[in-house]
Amino acid sequence: MTLTETPPAASVKQPIRPPRKRLRYALTVAVFLLPSAVPLLLFTLIPMAGSLWTSLHEWNLITPMKWVGLDNYADLLSSEETRAAFGHTLYFIAGYLPLVYAGGLGLAMLLNRAMKGRDLFRAIYFLPVVTSWVVVALLWKWLLNPASGIVNWAIGLVGLEGPGWWTDPDWAMPSIILASAWKDLGFVMIILLAGLQAIPNEYLEAARVDGANAWQRFRRITLPLLSPSTFFVVVISLINGFQVFDQVHVMTGGGPAGATQVVVEQVYNLTFKYGRAGAASALSWLLFAVVLVVTLIQVRGQRRWVNYG
Amino acid sequence: MAGSARVAAATLITALLATACSQGSATRTEEPAAGGKVTLRYFTFSAAPDHVKDLDTIVAAFEKENPTVDVQVETAPYDQYFTKLQTSIAGQTAPDTFELNYENFVTYATAGSLLDLGTAGGDTDTSGYATESLNAFKHDGKQFALPASFSTVVLLYNKDLFEKAGVPLPTADWTWEDEQAAAEKLTSEGVYGDFQPVTFFEFYKALKQAGGEFMSGGKSTFDSPQGVKAAKWLVGKVGKTMPTEAEIGGTADFDTNLFKSGKLAMWHNGIWQFAGLKDVPFTWDVVVEPGDSQKASAVFHNSVAASATTKHPREAYTWAKFLSSSDVAATTRIASSWELPPVSDQAVLQGYLKDPVPANRQAVFDSLNSIALPPVIARQQEMQDAVTQELTEAAAGRKSVEEALTEAASKVDALLG
Repeated sequence: MTLTETPPAASVKQPIRPPRKRLRYALTVAVFLLPSAVPLLLFTLIPMAGSLWTSLHEWNLITPMKWVGLDNYADLLSSEETRAAFGHTLYFIAGYLPLVYAGGLGLAMLLNRAMKGRDLFRAIYFLPVVTSWVVVALLWKWLLNPASGIVNWAIGLVGLEGPGWWTDPDWAMPSIILASAWKDLGFVMIILLAGLQAIPNEYLEAARVDGANAWQRFRRITLPLLSPSTFFVVVISLINGFQVFDQVHVMTGGGPAGATQVVVEQVYNLTFKYGRAGAASALSWLLFAVVLVVTLIQVRGQRRWVNYG
Repeated sequence: MAGSARVAAATLITALLATACSQGSATRTEEPAAGGKVTLRYFTFSAAPDHVKDLDTIVAAFEKENPTVDVQVETAPYDQYFTKLQTSIAGQTAPDTFELNYENFVTYATAGSLLDLGTAGGDTDTSGYATESLNAFKHDGKQFALPASFSTVVLLYNKDLFEKAGVPLPTADWTWEDEQAAAEKLTSEGVYGDFQPVTFFEFYKALKQAGGEFMSGGKSTFDSPQGVKAAKWLVGKVGKTMPTEAEIGGTADFDTNLFKSGKLAMWHNGIWQFAGLKDVPFTWDVVVEPGDSQKASAVFHNSVAASATTKHPREAYTWAKFLSSSDVAATTRIASSWELPPVSDQAVLQGYLKDPVPANRQAVFDSLNSIALPPVIARQQEMQDAVTQELTEAAAGRKSVEEALTEAASKVDALLG
C-alpha cells in the first residue's frame, strides 16, 4: 500500500517531470503488476462478473440462458432451503470457531515453551494444514464410521455405545466440525505462536514481580497483546467457515436428511445436480454479501478490542 | 492454510472436468485421421464395470462393418454420469453419442441438445424395435433417441439360506405379507432377511403395488392411504429385517457385498446384477417381486442419443442404430445378461432363457406383464431427492410416515410449480 502511494507524492514534489518519464514510470508499474493482475482478472474478476450475469438468468447448463431479472434472488430469499443452508453454515461456524481458536491457542502456548522435540511437534501439528481436504475428510469418515470406525470401537472398549456420527442428523455437523477443527488447528497455532513470540518477556516478568499469578498474566498481558493475531485468525476462520464445502461434500454430501446442507454445498447441488446455475450464482452472491457485511463489522469492531501495543 | 486446501480441491475438480473435456478436445480434431477415418465418441454409464468387454465386442463388430468410423468409448459411474454429461454439453465438448435413461430423456430432448435421429440417417426403418420402447424416446413426434436396452427389478433370493431355515421358497403369488413373514424367519445373527433401499425408486413402485398413484392432474397424490401403506412397507423393514443406515455406514455396494457373501436372504434389485453373481458359492434364484393389491415391477429404459452439435450426424445415427438394434448388439447383451435388447424379434429374446443361472429367468419376462414406470417431471432430480430424503427421515424414526409423506408431497407440488 505505502509503496504505491509514494510515487505520486514524489511527483508532487517535482511537478515538471517530463511526460515521457511519467509514461515510462507507469509502464514499469504495469509490468510489475501484470503477473498478479492478469490471473486476478482472468480467474477472479471476469468469473465474478460472469456469475453476476448468470444470476439474473435461468440456466440449466444445456439450454440457452433465459433472462429472469431478480427472480432468482427473490426465490432464494423466500425459500426455506436458503434459510436452512445459512442456518447450518452458522451452526458450523459456531462450533468450529471456538474449537479451532481454543485448540490453536492451547497448542501455541504449549509449544511456545522450551521443550524437547518442539520443532517436531510444531511440524506434526502443521501437517494436516497442508494436506488435501479430500484426504482428511475421507480419513475422518473412516475414523468416525459408526459401524467399523476406530473411534466407536474405542468408545465401545469402555462399555459405551458411540453415536452414529455422520449418519445421524444430530451428530453429522459435530463430526464435520471436529474434522475441520483438527485440520485447521495447525494454522491457528502457527499464527498465534508468532503472536506469542512477539510479546516481550519483560512485561510478563514485571507482572510476576508485581505478584500476578499465571491466570492473571495470561488474562491481562498475553491475551490483550495477542489480540492482533486473534483478530487475523478470527477474520480468516470466519470467511473460511462461511465457505465450508470440501469436508461436507466428501463426508456427508449435505446429508443425512439435509442436516449438513451448507450454503456452498447448496450452490454445488443447484448447479450440478439440479441444473439451476442461475439460482446457484445468485446464492453465491448472497453469500458474498453476508461475508462482506460480517467482515466489515469485524473491521469496524476491532478498534474496541484489538490492541496494537 | 485452509484456503489453499480449498483451492487444491477446486483444482482437483477442475482437473477432473478438464480431463473429461480434454478427452473431448483430443478427439474433436475434425481433420479425418489417417485413412479418412471419422472418430465418434460414445459416453455410457451402463457398460462399466461389468460389461466393458461386451461393449468392445459390439464396437468391434460395428467398426468391421463401418471401417471409416472409429468409435471411442468413455465411461462414468451412474452417479457422476449426468454431471459430466451436462458439463460437457455446456462446455461445448459434448460426446457425439451418449446413453440416456428414460427419466432424463425429456430434460435433454426439451433442451434441444439432441439430434433428431429420425431424419439424421435418411433411413426410417424402425421395424426391428419393440414399438413401446421406441415411443418412450419420442418427443414432439421426433425420435430423439433410440431405445438400446431395458431392465427390470426382481426379487433375488439365496436359496441355500431359505432351505437352511426351512422357509418355503418365494413364488410368483407372494404378497408383501408372505415376504415379511419369510424375512422375519430368515433374519438371524449376522444374516439379514431382506434388502430394499428406502428411496424414491422403490417408493413409486411400491405405491403402484399398493394400488396408488404418484401424481395426477399436475399434482402429487402419493400422500394417500396407499402411499402411507407403501412407505410403511419400505420403512418397516429397516432395523428389523434389513440393516439401518448407521449399520450400512455409507459403504458403497453394501447390499451387493452382503448378498454375495451369503448374508442376505432376499434382495430387491435389477437384472443387471446377474452377471456379477456368476461365481457366488451358493444357489440363488429370482422371482417376480411380491405385490400388495397388485403386481408392479420397475422397468428401466436406456437409449442412445446423439448430440445436436455432432459433426458426424450420419455416423452417429449409424452407430446408435447398430448399438440399439443390430443382431450383434442384441445377442451380446443377451449372452452376457447385460440387460435386455428392446428388439421386436421374440426369437432373439428367447435366447435369454438359455442361461441356466438363475433357473427362473422366465420371471424377468413375467415381470413385464405389469410394470411401473417412474414419474417424470422437468425438475426430476430435485423430486427424487426430496422424496428419498423424507422417506429416510421416516426410516430413521425422526418423523412419522404420514408427516414425511405430507412434507414430500408439498415439496413435489412446489417443484411442479
